[in-house]
Amino acid sequence: MGQVSNNIGLSRSSSLGSVSEDRNTIRAAILIQNWYRFTKARLETRRRYSLSIFQSIEYADEQDQLQVLSTSLFFFPLVPVSHILTSPGVSQVVDEGLSLTEFENKIDVPDSYYGPRLSFPLTVEDANALLHAFRNEQLLHARYVLQLLCETRRVLKEMPNITHLSTSYSKEITVCGDLHGNLDDLLLIFYKNGLPSEQNPYVFNGDFVDRGKNSMEILIILFAFLLIYPNDLHLNRGNHEDYIMNLRYGFTKEVSKKYKDHGKLILCLLRDVFSWLPLATIIDSKVLILHGGISDTTDLDFLNALERSKAGLSVLLMQLSVKCRINRSKLLPRESVANETFCYLQILDILWSDPRSQNGCTPNKSRGGGCYFGPDVTAKLFERYNLKMLIRSHEFKPEGYEISHDGKVITIFSASNYYEEGSNRGAYIKLNPELIPRFVQYQVSKYTRRQNLQERVGTIESSALKSLREKIYAHRSELTSAFAQYDLNSTGRISVSDWAAAMESVLQLELPWRMLRAQLVQMTPNGEADYMSCFYDLKIGQPTKEVQPALVETLCRYRRDLEIIFNIIDKDHSGLISLEEFGQTWKLFASHLGIDMYDESLDKLVLSIDYNKDGHIDFNEFLEAFHVVHRLEKKANS
Amino acid sequence: MASRKDGAVAEIEKKIIEAFEVFDHECNKTVDVREIGSIVRSLGCFPTEAELHELLAKVEEEEPTGYINLEKFLPVMTKVLLDRSYQPIPEDVLLHAFEVSLKRIFIKTKCLFCLSGEPFTEEEMEDMLSTALDPETNTVRYRDYISMMIVDET
Repeated sequence: MGQVSNNIGLSRSSSLGSVSEDRNTIRAAILIQNWYRFTKARLETRRRYSLSIFQSIEYADEQDQLQVLSTSLFFFPLVPVSHILTSPGVSQVVDEGLSLTEFENKIDVPDSYYGPRLSFPLTVEDANALLHAFRNEQLLHARYVLQLLCETRRVLKEMPNITHLSTSYSKEITVCGDLHGNLDDLLLIFYKNGLPSEQNPYVFNGDFVDRGKNSMEILIILFAFLLIYPNDLHLNRGNHEDYIMNLRYGFTKEVSKKYKDHGKLILCLLRDVFSWLPLATIIDSKVLILHGGISDTTDLDFLNALERSKAGLSVLLMQLSVKCRINRSKLLPRESVANETFCYLQILDILWSDPRSQNGCTPNKSRGGGCYFGPDVTAKLFERYNLKMLIRSHEFKPEGYEISHDGKVITIFSASNYYEEGSNRGAYIKLNPELIPRFVQYQVSKYTRRQNLQERVGTIESSALKSLREKIYAHRSELTSAFAQYDLNSTGRISVSDWAAAMESVLQLELPWRMLRAQLVQMTPNGEADYMSCFYDLKIGQPTKEVQPALVETLCRYRRDLEIIFNIIDKDHSGLISLEEFGQTWKLFASHLGIDMYDESLDKLVLSIDYNKDGHIDFNEFLEAFHVVHRLEKKANS
Repeated sequence: MASRKDGAVAEIEKKIIEAFEVFDHECNKTVDVREIGSIVRSLGCFPTEAELHELLAKVEEEEPTGYINLEKFLPVMTKVLLDRSYQPIPEDVLLHAFEVSLKRIFIKTKCLFCLSGEPFTEEEMEDMLSTALDPETNTVRYRDYISMMIVDET
């Protein structure tokens, strides 16, 4: 067609006849096509940076958490390390001898309960009853949950660390990735692909819980099918099948809310069950399936031989002990068969690592655990164990799956709309007896009309920006002083370049600040950033007048970390801690963060939270008060 | 004077790097060659497909790998922005373009976009029509469509 300059001169439709008219029309078409492609590119850019925002905040949170946890655990007189590592609560409450009949005798199911009543051994009827109940948002009674968990533990204990499967002539094996509490996705998969059975085997590759609101229901369904078809339903452990992750990412809260009386017992038993989940699955000795990835020291024989259950020890805590005690490069496999730390590292690596396109094996700095492994690491492992493919999950993928390392590594992610409605598809793999993978994608939607791309990107973007603004608000003091350093004359304005530098240095999120600028801060007529306008739209939920703003901000920022620490102190899962414990906790926490605290203001704060004056605080209620609220949203909801 | 100019160039370079990194999944300073169009456009430019090909020729490796490196892309793109190449067409010209090309019926529109100019792919055509086409009257409500497309980029 030849070069068309941008000074397109479109003459009005001339009377010269069809030739120039057509040329005009074509020129017009090119112009429109140009604009269209520009619009699409803008949309794509907005979509990507929105996902980038979600992901970098998620990873930063995970890292922060680890740091806070490690600091507090090793300096807290209140909670000795040994206490956590071998919590007596677990073995006390969860006696090996507890059996199905004991639960039946001890826990009564009232006649008014209309949910499913399970009878062991479970049958397909029970599974169908469960699916039906959960579709109708019913809860399974605590007694049946406990019985189910008890049986599941018994069955899992018999299984090796690495399960070996084989495809036969007629069977395709379905492999699913992260579900993260999205029950709708699981139901959709069963609808599209059929329920698990001897003819329809499944492998679920970890991260069944946290974030979504139906983690409990997903576990119940998966464990039920595991008991009915133990040779055809396989579960691999994910990094979220870990009680400390659950404290932070929502599963513990979900259980406590749904099961008020028996919640703590269920949580204790779950802790044990998670530790007994197998670590990996191998199909036809050629396809390795595990949750995270591998490292250059991954040893499948060693993994198969180690004791995978350490009485409910959190994998995160394994990581902390690893970080604090050893220098990784000095370990040699030969010497470490009895070495507990090497054992922890092996498990950490397979649950936390991510593949990258660069060769080599480097520590995974965005997660704080496991490593980044390159194609050379994959190739070496394949050669050593004669493998053909690695299927893993653990990483969000917009299309539900991704192929890397030249076809050797597949990432499968089954939670659609993970960050927000419309953010991504989910997918599962169908492996035929030739071990050729086929991908099926899907996306759950609550709308009957499919949103077009423009609308979807709009939804994702506003949700991402909301999360980002919350983070900005939680760092208000630090940001204000960073901005002030560039604003020597206190004009309230700084250059865009300085603004971007300040944001990056305080928030430590690698984001395209200049692109986001228009959404985050107001500009003056002469092109400078009015930096305090970042904070205009936001405020803390409940006005706490007596309390210093700096204290409020800190509580806001560390809300989730405090939640974990309080939960650890609250050994009996009652939701309450004493005023004294609270005070001590806060003091220690603040001193390690280097925060200046006046005793007086803390006392005032504490007294104001003890609503019924009985010397105890419901810390969940307390933390709720420090939830960041968006002014506009509050208006809309009131 | 010189330092202020350098400051402006540095700002432009930072903008380019940001846009590049949005598409750099693995944070290793490379992007898929197919994303270059999106990156260039996200920086506010309106190259035609032909102009994009020219740009690509300047930033590709001798042996095309399917990836573009930031170090090659940065100087070329900086020049593009400094020279203000590929400027956008103003809204009223766009409006006129729609009037010229779409004053006739729907079928002709489809042919036009798929067969002439820098042809749309099947996907692009479907997407544009799903957003812009009013199914009841089979016409494109181009004024609404234009206001959706034009973004205030201050």
